[in-house]
Amino acid sequence: MSLRAETPAPPGTRVHRFTRAERWVHRGTAALMGVCVVTAAFLYIPQLAVMVGRRELVVRIHEWAGVALPVPVLLGLASRAFRGDLRFLNRFGPHDRVWLRAALRRDKRHASRPAGKFNAGQKIYAAWIAGASLVMLGTGLLMWFTHLTPLVWRTSATFVHDWLSLTIGVVLAGHIGMALGDPEARQGLRTGTVTEEWAHREHPLWRP
Amino acid sequence: MREKGLRKSDRRAESLALCGPECSNDHVNSEQPEERDGRPVGRRVFLGTLGLGVLGVLAAPTLQRGLEGFLGGVAGKDPTGLTGLLPNGGGFRYYSVAASVPHRTAADYRLTVDGLVDHPRGYSLAELRSLPQTRLVRDVQCVTGWRVPGTPFEGVRLSELLDAAGVRSSAEAVRFTCFDGTYTESLTLEQARRPDVLVALRLQDKDIGHDHGGPVRLYVAPMYFYKSAKWLSGITVTDRVKPGYWEDRGYDVDAWVGRSNGRSDEPTS
Repeated sequence: MSLRAETPAPPGTRVHRFTRAERWVHRGTAALMGVCVVTAAFLYIPQLAVMVGRRELVVRIHEWAGVALPVPVLLGLASRAFRGDLRFLNRFGPHDRVWLRAALRRDKRHASRPAGKFNAGQKIYAAWIAGASLVMLGTGLLMWFTHLTPLVWRTSATFVHDWLSLTIGVVLAGHIGMALGDPEARQGLRTGTVTEEWAHREHPLWRP
Repeated sequence: MREKGLRKSDRRAESLALCGPECSNDHVNSEQPEERDGRPVGRRVFLGTLGLGVLGVLAAPTLQRGLEGFLGGVAGKDPTGLTGLLPNGGGFRYYSVAASVPHRTAADYRLTVDGLVDHPRGYSLAELRSLPQTRLVRDVQCVTGWRVPGTPFEGVRLSELLDAAGVRSSAEAVRFTCFDGTYTESLTLEQARRPDVLVALRLQDKDIGHDHGGPVRLYVAPMYFYKSAKWLSGITVTDRVKPGYWEDRGYDVDAWVGRSNGRSDEPTS
């Protein structure tokens, strides 16, 4: 059970972190989110809109990518490993509170950042981006099928969609920025395995 | 209860800090039940975000008025132009339905007036500039919500061009075509003859640039801005109103600001 701690593995030993299903859920979601963000930029930022034009087509791509955004996660529910991840992401133990308090104090020492398979920041990010994506989907559908609802709803939906998109843009940039700063975490999502040393350092409470 | 929880986690942080990773084995053993019996905070964050979204939609009219007022004020004093990128941050947004729009200059621009008229003719940019100019300062209101306050447009009254062409008695409407090759618009003859409908040559006291629909665009002051067709190249007098590009896609043909498209904006003219 606690084999890892008792007999330190030789350096470079890799431990299993994500199955193929988990990796494809992330890849699919990332690709669709990427399409949403790029097409949104073409629609919103005047300089880019001037370059691209074709408003009708860009809107169509944006709408369909948005509607498809939850699909990888829904397909992923067929995987036991992915369902396990959702459980880990949902449940917060006392160590997550410790992690969050350290994060608020900008205390970067590993010892003050206890984490299971996912750290508290990853858990909150996952829950928030899931909720925010569904709000974007809902408001997006109100803007798309305007005849289904009173027209004042369209204006309200546009308002929420606009401001939340900006928020998501900032948070997503943080997510990508942190991934860029941690090659081993990216390796984990690319190949499914991480080094024993990394797992021990970043996720000391995780039992692979 | 809460206090107690905090103290407990404090102790834990302390022990972890003192202990270091070499004895994290201790926590590894307690890990599994924690993940299983931990509190479903993730679900609460998820549902909370959804709830805030719904609340945001319900509160949007109030929030939007407040923000527009605030950002409109800031945008006026913002030399970086960054506020223009914020939603409802003031300023125009560029919408083009065509893939690319050719550039026209004074050398090759031409506006034709034809259809049910006695004297069809074309105008060069110089000829349009030599006609009497009218300057109007009104708010611009887009049907998607953004509004640009007090925007000067200057150009030739459309009624003047129609009178010069001699509109026949069978005519009922005017159709506009654009050199982007795609966009079209229409007005009834009565609407087209209003004094606040211009063939605009200048915007914000500058010649209209390409991105804003230059060198010549339509300006229909009392209507939502999609009526003010950019890159205007043709005026055709017809016997009935033919819906334009966006009107084929669900927008109102009679697009009075505040009295159409289900919106209740302050009228602009």
